[in-house]
Amino acid sequence: MSRENAVEVHQLTKKFGSFTAVDQVSFIIPKGEIFGLLGPNGAGKTTTIRMLCGILLPTAGEARVLGFDVARQAEEVKKRIGYMSQKFALYSDLTVFENLDFYAHLYGVPREKYKARLESLIEMAGLRGHEKERTTNLSGAWRQRLALACAIVHEPPMLFLDEPTAGVDPVSRREFWEMIYSLAGQDVSVLATTHYMDEAEFCNVIGMMYDARLIALNDPDSLKSDLRGVLLEVDCESPGQAEKIATGLPGVIEVALHGVLLHVTVEKETPQQTLKDTLASAGITVRRMEPVPPSLEDVFISLVEAESRPRLREEIE
Amino acid sequence: MSRMWTVMRKELIHIIRDPRTLGLVIVLPVMMLLLLGYAVANDVEDIPMALVDQSKTDESRRFVERLSVSGFFKVTYVVQSEREVLQLLDEGRVKSGLLIPEEFGRNLSTDESGTTVQFFIDGSNPTVAQTAQLAAETVSQAAAQEILVQRLSRSPLRMELRPPVDARLRFLYNPDMRRMDFMIPGLIAVILQVQTLLLTAFAIVREREQGTLEQLIVTPVKSWELMLGKILPFILVALLNVAMTVAVGYFWFDVKVTGSITLLLILSLLFLLGSLGLGVLISTISRTQMQAMYMASFIMMPSFILAGLLFPRDNMPWPAFMAGYLLPVTYFLEIVRGIMLKGIGVNYLWSSIWPMATFGIVVFFASVFLFHKRL
Repeated sequence: MSRENAVEVHQLTKKFGSFTAVDQVSFIIPKGEIFGLLGPNGAGKTTTIRMLCGILLPTAGEARVLGFDVARQAEEVKKRIGYMSQKFALYSDLTVFENLDFYAHLYGVPREKYKARLESLIEMAGLRGHEKERTTNLSGAWRQRLALACAIVHEPPMLFLDEPTAGVDPVSRREFWEMIYSLAGQDVSVLATTHYMDEAEFCNVIGMMYDARLIALNDPDSLKSDLRGVLLEVDCESPGQAEKIATGLPGVIEVALHGVLLHVTVEKETPQQTLKDTLASAGITVRRMEPVPPSLEDVFISLVEAESRPRLREEIE
Repeated sequence: MSRMWTVMRKELIHIIRDPRTLGLVIVLPVMMLLLLGYAVANDVEDIPMALVDQSKTDESRRFVERLSVSGFFKVTYVVQSEREVLQLLDEGRVKSGLLIPEEFGRNLSTDESGTTVQFFIDGSNPTVAQTAQLAAETVSQAAAQEILVQRLSRSPLRMELRPPVDARLRFLYNPDMRRMDFMIPGLIAVILQVQTLLLTAFAIVREREQGTLEQLIVTPVKSWELMLGKILPFILVALLNVAMTVAVGYFWFDVKVTGSITLLLILSLLFLLGSLGLGVLISTISRTQMQAMYMASFIMMPSFILAGLLFPRDNMPWPAFMAGYLLPVTYFLEIVRGIMLKGIGVNYLWSSIWPMATFGIVVFFASVFLFHKRL
């Protein structure tokens, strides 16, 4: 285990009966990095994170967190990590302060640090003046920040966040990620799962999960530049019909509806004029067509397509 | 260790923040004792009776008076025929009937050899039927004896009647044979069993359903710290229940504590630890609150029957008798009755104390071992 890595995962697998939730996933998280685990619901993100926190036993493979084996040294791992579960699991009949106090004592925050630590967390979470408020009365964004404060009360060097921004408004989401950034600046390593693609841009490294497997692993920019072909944004009449026409054309890798616009990925050498002409001959006027930089969402869709097409063919045959 | 106090303090806050539940938790055992106390502890008396007096003589009236004075029977209907008596029994308006034939008075007054009376008893409830049978026989025999004595005293022989064997009975403990004194201590034990199970059956599984358990098991808290932290706050609540039910027994039902109250409280504490632990064990192995509820009632129902509250355990068939040993309340029932009724101390209660203590320890360690800090 390298000293520079906070997390090392090797061929990690979890099966529930005959169902495989996580299938031979491998990655590393260098210290101080923010690792984003992306993917649709049910892809296996939560199961992965639970195994890394030592609360779910892997079926096969191994994972080390801060140098400790998650299967054999779970309690050692637990002392050193912060974990924020999907539902912001706070005690709703306890006040803001009581929740913080409870976790501070469970994690054994030393008495001499206790007061200053709780003060600074209340400050960080913007909960000053609300210490005596019962958690049940807090809005989603506040509950989220309190849950984060509870998770880092013992200043863990490794932080696991499972869908930390689910059900929170966009402004609060941005503020939340800024907090995560400042933590990473203090050498805290972070693993966060999300299905918001825009949030993934905040991460140093992204792992994309689909159907229990890690289908891509890289930094956001490389993922985008690795995208095969050129992404064209097409503004035209009846985009639904245009999608069907474009799909079968030679040189077209992929077509996806993007609101009222059409995103067409074509081979680099394919002349764009051909696509325009074909659409025009079908009676569809193209108002605008230009290459655009791909978003992570485009990358993800393209990867999923590449992943599921051969498999679909396999199943049919 | 300090983590245990942390968990305990959190649980206490949960209890205090929910005053309505707290109120129910404190008041319900007392309500149960009041209600069930009257239901199970009353002696069978005033069995309603339909009377057909065809004799209508002093002798027949005296016989009926004897029956009502005994307190076991109460004449609620006076009718003319056997047919009417049977109809009243059918309708359930009376539980017993008495037919005194026309020749009753005449036969007795003329010193003839004897006469008969006919009792009718509704046998559907054995407890009532047995009491009625015993009362009818006793009262009739006493009446017969008195008549016999009178006749002999009037006879020229003037011999005195003295039974050759005179059985004398002395009741140790509960000399008035008050059912109350027997049932109330037992009822206190069983109510506490139900109460403790309900208090802790949800302790773990509620957090599991809320999702807070997942957050809890990623902390360094140890299983025993969590379990003990969950049990201890309820010890306070349940001890309050003990004090209140014993007080209600004393002031309301007039059931005295013959033995040491301190010993009663100490042994109650031991019992509470075990049965609260049993609740936590149920909570640990349940996946949902529904499952916990069902498992708890699987222990509650047998507590009423198998622990020896209503029926003596000695007469139970072997499997039922042995099953009783698996319930902590069986031992506690012996202890509570022993202290309240007989006033006996530790040396006599030892055979109940050690299994109860063992039970508590086993249950606690079982819940610690069965609770995994994993999902």
